[in-house]
Amino acid sequence: MAAHLSSGRVNLTALREAGRRELREFLDKCAGSKAIVWDEYLTGPFGLIAQYSLLKEHEVEKMFTLKPGRLPPADVKNIIFFVRPKLELMDIITDNVLREDRGRSPQRDFHILFVPRRSLLCEQWLKEQGVLGSFIHREQYSLDLIPFDGDLLSMESDSAFKECYLESDQTSLYHAAKGLMTLQALYGTIPQIFGKGDCARHVANMMIRMKREFPGSQNSIFPVFDTLLLLDRNVDLLTPLATQLTYEGLIDEIYGIQNTSEDFFDNLTVEQEFMSGIDTDKVNNYIEDCIAQKHPLIKILRLVCLQSVCNSGLKQKVLDHYKREILQTYGYEHILTLNNLEKAGLLKPQTGGRNNYPTIRKTLRLWMDDVNEQSPNDISYVYSGYAPLSVRLAQLLARPGWRSIEEVLKMLPGPHFEERQQLPTGLQKKRQQGENRVTLVFFLGGVTYAEIAALRFLSQMEDGGTEYIIATTKLINGTTWIKSLMEKLEPAPF
Amino acid sequence: MDCYTANWNPLGEETFYRKLELYSMEWGLREDLRDCVVAAAPYGGPIALLRNSRRDKIPGARPLLEIYSSSGLLLASVPWKSGRLVHLGWTAGEDLLCIQEDGTVLVYNLFCEFKRHFSMGNEVLQNHVLEAQVFHTEFGTGVAILTGALRFSLATNIDDLKLRRLPEVPGLQKPPPCWAVLSQDRVTMVLLAVGQELFLLDNTSCSVVSPPGLSPSAGPFLHMAVSFTHRHLALFSDSGTVWMGTASLKEKFCEFNTGIRSPPKQMVWCTRPRSRQRAVVLAWERQLMVVGNSSECIRYKQLTIEVLLDRLVLRRLYPLAIRICEFLRLPEIQGVSRILAHWACYKVQQKDKSDEEVAQAINQKLGDTAGISYSDIATRAYDCGRAELAIKLLEYEPRSGEQVPLLLKMKRSKLALGKAIESGDTDLVYTVVLHLKNELNRGTFFMTLQNQPVALSLYRQFCRHQERETLKDLYNQDDNHQELGNLHVQGGYCEQRIEGRVAALQNALDEFYKAKNDFAAKATEEQIKLLRLQRHLQEELDKPYLDLSLHDTVATLILDGHHKRAEQLYRDFRIPDKRYWWLKINALATRGDWEEMEKFSKSKKSPIGYLPFVEVAVKHHNRYEAKKYAPRVPPEQRVKAFVLVGDLEQAAEAAIERKNEAEMSLVLARCSAGTDGAVAEKLNRARAQLLKK
Repeated sequence: MAAHLSSGRVNLTALREAGRRELREFLDKCAGSKAIVWDEYLTGPFGLIAQYSLLKEHEVEKMFTLKPGRLPPADVKNIIFFVRPKLELMDIITDNVLREDRGRSPQRDFHILFVPRRSLLCEQWLKEQGVLGSFIHREQYSLDLIPFDGDLLSMESDSAFKECYLESDQTSLYHAAKGLMTLQALYGTIPQIFGKGDCARHVANMMIRMKREFPGSQNSIFPVFDTLLLLDRNVDLLTPLATQLTYEGLIDEIYGIQNTSEDFFDNLTVEQEFMSGIDTDKVNNYIEDCIAQKHPLIKILRLVCLQSVCNSGLKQKVLDHYKREILQTYGYEHILTLNNLEKAGLLKPQTGGRNNYPTIRKTLRLWMDDVNEQSPNDISYVYSGYAPLSVRLAQLLARPGWRSIEEVLKMLPGPHFEERQQLPTGLQKKRQQGENRVTLVFFLGGVTYAEIAALRFLSQMEDGGTEYIIATTKLINGTTWIKSLMEKLEPAPF
Repeated sequence: MDCYTANWNPLGEETFYRKLELYSMEWGLREDLRDCVVAAAPYGGPIALLRNSRRDKIPGARPLLEIYSSSGLLLASVPWKSGRLVHLGWTAGEDLLCIQEDGTVLVYNLFCEFKRHFSMGNEVLQNHVLEAQVFHTEFGTGVAILTGALRFSLATNIDDLKLRRLPEVPGLQKPPPCWAVLSQDRVTMVLLAVGQELFLLDNTSCSVVSPPGLSPSAGPFLHMAVSFTHRHLALFSDSGTVWMGTASLKEKFCEFNTGIRSPPKQMVWCTRPRSRQRAVVLAWERQLMVVGNSSECIRYKQLTIEVLLDRLVLRRLYPLAIRICEFLRLPEIQGVSRILAHWACYKVQQKDKSDEEVAQAINQKLGDTAGISYSDIATRAYDCGRAELAIKLLEYEPRSGEQVPLLLKMKRSKLALGKAIESGDTDLVYTVVLHLKNELNRGTFFMTLQNQPVALSLYRQFCRHQERETLKDLYNQDDNHQELGNLHVQGGYCEQRIEGRVAALQNALDEFYKAKNDFAAKATEEQIKLLRLQRHLQEELDKPYLDLSLHDTVATLILDGHHKRAEQLYRDFRIPDKRYWWLKINALATRGDWEEMEKFSKSKKSPIGYLPFVEVAVKHHNRYEAKKYAPRVPPEQRVKAFVLVGDLEQAAEAAIERKNEAEMSLVLARCSAGTDGAVAEKLNRARAQLLKK
């Protein structure tokens, strides 16, 4: 069991074990039989930490989904709410508690487990509703980075991108920083931090502050990671929009899409034209035809956004044409979704009339004409020609360093930076000949399977010199990503 | 060697014992301990004494509460001015609990300084405390009360007070001769004896239990003792028998007849560290008996070094504690830091020194020692009424998040907001923002947020979920017309009536104009126009049209054969020709109206060409119709069109005519050997010729 977690260069089992231990300790605090009331959103992430058997061993007899109204009958001593610290959820819990039959015998004890952090705000909220005193244990379960695979950690936060880039809510970044502190507590201080983007800067700042806030807590673990690379998703908006052409990526993409193969190839052709810089500045016939035939909206949005990103924004006339076509075909309510895409920078009018994409493409060699898909020699195989920008940044950081691409870095949004964390002399690494460096790449706002494949490819390159571990707020693909940015307006029936 | 064994006496056959005096008590007590309420803390902790006021010889004289060290040194004393005391007990942290008859529990530290008090509840207040016990479990220190109404009430942890009233014991007429608190599987229960019966009381039920293997000659129970770990139980019955076993009453260790039928004054478990013996010590007026059996080894090492240090700290022996830490090389956080923090908390209570002096003295000693919480020390200062000192101390706190709760308590909310933002912890920011919201008037509150963008965006998030109206006010204040427009659009979709929706959209439209977003304004105008039209259609055609997109509205009209109306919308909404043609031929094909489609194809030159006609017809499995359009497809798409309709011969001809090798291969791939041999041969020949050139 869990062999997949210990297979990589860094043994992530330790992280999961720490998570399990914390969970067991909490369950044991609530003596006797228990029922768990789940914030549905959490069941997936918890499944990666602990099987049902672990819960059962600790006297969990029933599981319910959190919803308003009276709690289902269950002859247990304890009712434990596993929830994210969200006010909407506190309202539901309040309703549950107030409807509990007080004359009921035997009485059930209530507890709350906040994931990933206890919240003063929520407790204050519960206090104002007069139910805070009903909870015997109120604790937190710091489930920030969940081990997914031997080289992959995810926070499983669906809304991180939207919150960070649309709503200026940096809660998920705080959790990311906390998660990185936990990781450092288990695997040693990471001596070098690089980053690109506003969110990356914010996370690095918080990490440095958190370290400073505990000055004496000198970590005595030999560092496993050499480098941390923090990357904002909005530094590379292009990659998730393109269709992933690796095995795992393709499965991820095709799932739930019923396109004819012919259309699939037409779609790919247009994507590849855009990425290689062909005809990105005018209205595309294929997109128009797809709208006219009312192909799925998300497919259209992906293509239009891809074109916009590959052209550093669209001419106002082109942009307005697409928008109008979309609103007339799919409904005017999508005006809010379009607005969100604009706020996120996925869709925008070209300002200053300058298209930086060709420079970026050429300097970072994002488009490779001669792809060898049978025995790949470059990461561009994951998109049949397009090399993911994000992964190129990681690759160039390792060799020859970012100094060589200063100009391009300035064209991409947000600051780029480097920080060093001091290590006591005893812990400084003396690298053996031929020993690879280990870099943790943290994608703030999501990562695709194709990017993971590209990083794994770099890890396996014989003369690569660097192995990569990947962390992210969420595993995404173009469809799930765009969906998370869509505004769901459901008209009240007239 | 014999000097080591010289003073050992045999006890039974294999065991020996010796008696020696460790030290003599320093106290010179004037009265007999029997006349006092006494409590000795575990692990050689302090001893508290209160001369029993009931037996006080001089009426009106105040009894004295005295605390001695375990060797009898007087630590402190204070005249007892409160109500009638029933019981004394020590907490695990060496606080003295004084349980009064009315159920009030007063908490003192070991210097007889009053700390706080709490009540055991109304029921206890009304019926009075008859008996009380202080007990220790993994949850902390608890208090159990037997009231005058013969009901038990208990609190498992006095630091997190949750009172529980246990169920009634059926047939209980007078106080039970003995009872004890048990903790099993983290559940706290009361075991009591009524004559020959034992009752176990948990939160909800009262059940009769019986010790396994108890000899039938054992009479009513007179005394019981639970071991410190709550694992073992000893019962003394009036036949003089002692039963020893597990507290779960599942296993018996042994039974022994003492030959003494009067109840012992005391009965306690005695399991020494490293001892292989579990023993119970019974004491009568002039007799001491050790009852035990030899079996497996039980070891407890509960007085850890941390507890030892805590005890030194409690006795304010700071330098000694620090020396011990240094000697044992304890990590700073467990050792020196903790002691310094305690010292500092004591220091802030010294009222004779100025705030400045105290703050400096503390910082000088503590510096930035790891694990020191300046905010904890500041909180203590504030609790002692020294707000200024608290602020000074907070300045030394490196963790901005830690400063927030105290700053809020001290009503320095704006300062707290800055610190919360600095910490990056959005939960803290939210907390302060909502605090500010209650504290300030609306105008000032909004102004405060204006200067703090992080707080402002979080508050917007809060409003988005909880107070949409406030969100409007916020955007209004910023003149953010785009967002106001968006809000109106969203609001429109919650409207139950179409008039409401239109009105909301009208508002949105105005805002979009103000935002200079002409595109959004025009789109919204169109949307209103469409809604009105749909309502009209819905009434006239008696079919739901509202909330269809413009595309679907037109498509539905065509599907139902209302071609004129569809045409009208196409013109009114300036639908681009290409899209309209696609839409129309798809709808006509779905309807199966091939005649209308053909007519339409001839109405003017198709802006989308004729391949879509072929594709749409094929999609609807009508090859016959599809074939009609294939010849009209321009040469560059003609091969594809003929392949689609299945006319390989024509496809081959077109490909050969265009001298296009790729297209020839495409057709060849569709040729099956049996039926299309001639076509294939023709193609192969043409291709060979092409390659020759």
